[in-house]
Amino acid sequence: MTTHVAHSDAHHDDKPHGFFNRWVCSTNHKDIGTLYLVFAFIMACVGALFSGVIRTELAQPGLQFVQPYFFNQMTTLHALVMIFGAIMPAFVGLANWMVPLMIGAPDMALPRMNNWSFWILPFAFTLLLWPLVQYLLFGTGGGAIAGGWTLYPPLAIQGGDAVAFSIFAVHLMGISSIMGAINIIATILNLRAPGMDLLKMPLFVWTWLITAFLLIAVMPVLAGAVTMLLTDKYFGTSFFNAAGGGDPVMFQHIFWFFGHPEVYIMILPAFGIVSEIIPTFSRKPLFGYQAMVYATASIAFLSFIVWGHHMFTVGMPLGGELYFMYATMLIAVPTGVKVFNWVSTMWRGSLSFEAPMLWAIAFVILFTIGGFSGLMLALVPADFQYQDTYFVVAHFHYVLVTGALFSIIGAIYYWWPKWTGRMYNETWAKVHFWWTMVFVNVLFFPQHFLGLAGMPRRIPDYNVAFADWNLVSTIGAYGMFLTPFMFAFILWHSLKKGAKAEARAWEAAHGLEWTVPSPAPFHTFATPPAIHDEDLAHGDVTH
Amino acid sequence: MAQAASGAYYVPHGTRWPILGSFGLFFTVFGGALWVNEVGAGKYLSLLGVACLLSMMFGWFRTVIAESLAGTYNKQVDTSFRMGMMWFIFSEVMFFAAFFGALFYARNFAVPWIGGEGDGALTNFFLWKGFTPAWPTNGPAQVGGAFESMPAWGVPLLNTLILLSSGVTVTIAHHALRAGKRTQLLIWLAATVLLGLTFLNLQAHEYIEAYTHMNLTLGTGIYGSTFFMLTGFHGLHVTLGAIMLSVIWLRCARGHFDRDHHFAFEAVAWYWHFVDVVWLGLFLFVYVM
Repeated sequence: MTTHVAHSDAHHDDKPHGFFNRWVCSTNHKDIGTLYLVFAFIMACVGALFSGVIRTELAQPGLQFVQPYFFNQMTTLHALVMIFGAIMPAFVGLANWMVPLMIGAPDMALPRMNNWSFWILPFAFTLLLWPLVQYLLFGTGGGAIAGGWTLYPPLAIQGGDAVAFSIFAVHLMGISSIMGAINIIATILNLRAPGMDLLKMPLFVWTWLITAFLLIAVMPVLAGAVTMLLTDKYFGTSFFNAAGGGDPVMFQHIFWFFGHPEVYIMILPAFGIVSEIIPTFSRKPLFGYQAMVYATASIAFLSFIVWGHHMFTVGMPLGGELYFMYATMLIAVPTGVKVFNWVSTMWRGSLSFEAPMLWAIAFVILFTIGGFSGLMLALVPADFQYQDTYFVVAHFHYVLVTGALFSIIGAIYYWWPKWTGRMYNETWAKVHFWWTMVFVNVLFFPQHFLGLAGMPRRIPDYNVAFADWNLVSTIGAYGMFLTPFMFAFILWHSLKKGAKAEARAWEAAHGLEWTVPSPAPFHTFATPPAIHDEDLAHGDVTH
Repeated sequence: MAQAASGAYYVPHGTRWPILGSFGLFFTVFGGALWVNEVGAGKYLSLLGVACLLSMMFGWFRTVIAESLAGTYNKQVDTSFRMGMMWFIFSEVMFFAAFFGALFYARNFAVPWIGGEGDGALTNFFLWKGFTPAWPTNGPAQVGGAFESMPAWGVPLLNTLILLSSGVTVTIAHHALRAGKRTQLLIWLAATVLLGLTFLNLQAHEYIEAYTHMNLTLGTGIYGSTFFMLTGFHGLHVTLGAIMLSVIWLRCARGHFDRDHHFAFEAVAWYWHFVDVVWLGLFLFVYVM
């Protein structure tokens, strides 16, 4: 098929000159998407460094390398950096790059605000990491925030000066996320090309629409919660102080009202990505498109009413425990719909196993493991055993690393030819995949055993009985530390030496993004494209 | 590309305002963090940040207004702005929801449990013996000392009427704008701003009264915390709304807007109604009940 945007002549590529004009002042969704992705990669490396300290300390029982308070800083920062600095910005970067291309929009709906959404982030993380930098470089201050990423009072507000820095950093991240989400919703609802009906949208667009709604609904609640922490610590309020009539448990309720939707903020876009990749390499339309859309919406709705399952052991009334248990287990239904639909899409497909497909299949399998351990945690009586053990750590790393992160890496391999016009080296990409696949499981699978045996999380020392599996886990972690270098090298090599990519880089790829040349011109769809149903990835169309 | 000229969606090429805003935000909160930790320079850094933010807003809005007056925006761009404002207001609603949630939780769960109700019998017996739950309260330890609670039927009732009236005046102003009656528009919009300022003035008096005569402060246990955080954030939003209305008034006086194109006016009116609705919630749950 010829591309109907073949008139992307030279004057389209009016890229601004100079670093400041091109990147700092950018209003271009592709450049801003790139900024987000590069930032996410850097933050992922920083977060990995922190986890390196954690796994090194935990390689053997006893205290070897760091003091417990520094260890606590590492666990806290690892989570905050990975969640708010790596996973979320990576997904927003993918949305920036792909949503306008997938719906035939000229750019994001509010391009200047799009710039601001990104350019708040480096400042937010400077703020978050400043107390640590100050401590390590100058030996002043008490170090970074150390009360855990969930910031539970009273522990969280007993920290030093870093508490204020971290709270303000969370405020900035919230502002950035909310503006990014508003932009994505406005783009999807307002900038679709004529003929791109809601139920013809690619699933990545659908999942991001719903994710953006979740973001706008819950990031302000987090902002409110941390504001109360700030005033409790510095201005004498009693929100979380029982002596004044408040309640520390109240913080947990407000926090997890944010926190549980946040979990889905980090996985729904992953569902969307996998729903793009699997049909392409199965050479079949997505099985049960509408069911996928409705399942995503159901998961999002349920995410608002299950927060109590993070707090089963805190002392809730029995009725509350039962309600949150059953409501949580209900989520397995729409999630099961999704997993079965991915499998059914592959069923009797003409499968090929290029790197994006490998990551997508690994996602389906390993995310399902994370989902099942989540179901175990949803059971109140069982959760009383699992709460705050390494089982929980294993669970959320299966959904966040082999779930969210795998989908991001898969998405980068999948759309890389569209972004750069270059193919990557398939052999090396497969080595990257299998290396990661092996070591990620060596890293996280034994943590299930450790947790079930009773090893607590967030503690720098442990009983010698846990020594063997901890060593295995640390070996897995060291294996994983090679993967960012592999990934960066493969992408760099592709930029320099990669084969030229065609517009439709993958044989059976459908969707508007594959109708524009590779690399996608700096400006695409200045006027809305005509939509031909055969171009659509899936949706309410009969192929 | 001939089509691009006629009614294409406007995509600006480059902008310097956001990075100034980012530095502004950064200085504001970095300075703020130093300030609350009692580092001397923090205050000034924070104020520098606010100055950056204000200049960013001034410049950014000036650019957008100029583009709007030049007819750069088509209907589709207008819809994007509308969606942006609506979802922004929704995010504000959720921000207030967190504090209302804290109020409801404290009143319905935290305080009764400390007082021994429900599953709280042992908590009460071992930790807070003798505390009987009631509202308003500053907790079993009487944090902040004896205080008077704020009565609903004096200044707060008056403020409710004032804010509701301001919702009416801004609507009359909107109708005047749509009818092309600029003098009436200016008068009713000015009335809205004045009502807003009156509200703020009365609230300031209420706060002074609370601090000087009622021993009701931010540190007065959970009652003082919820009272001042809810009414305080609301007052901050009224202040912002009044500033925004004043800017719109100036723009109206300069002849901006016509009967079909006045999104900025509408956006501020929405915001004003949102502030109004939040106040009704406050009046009911903070003052009356």
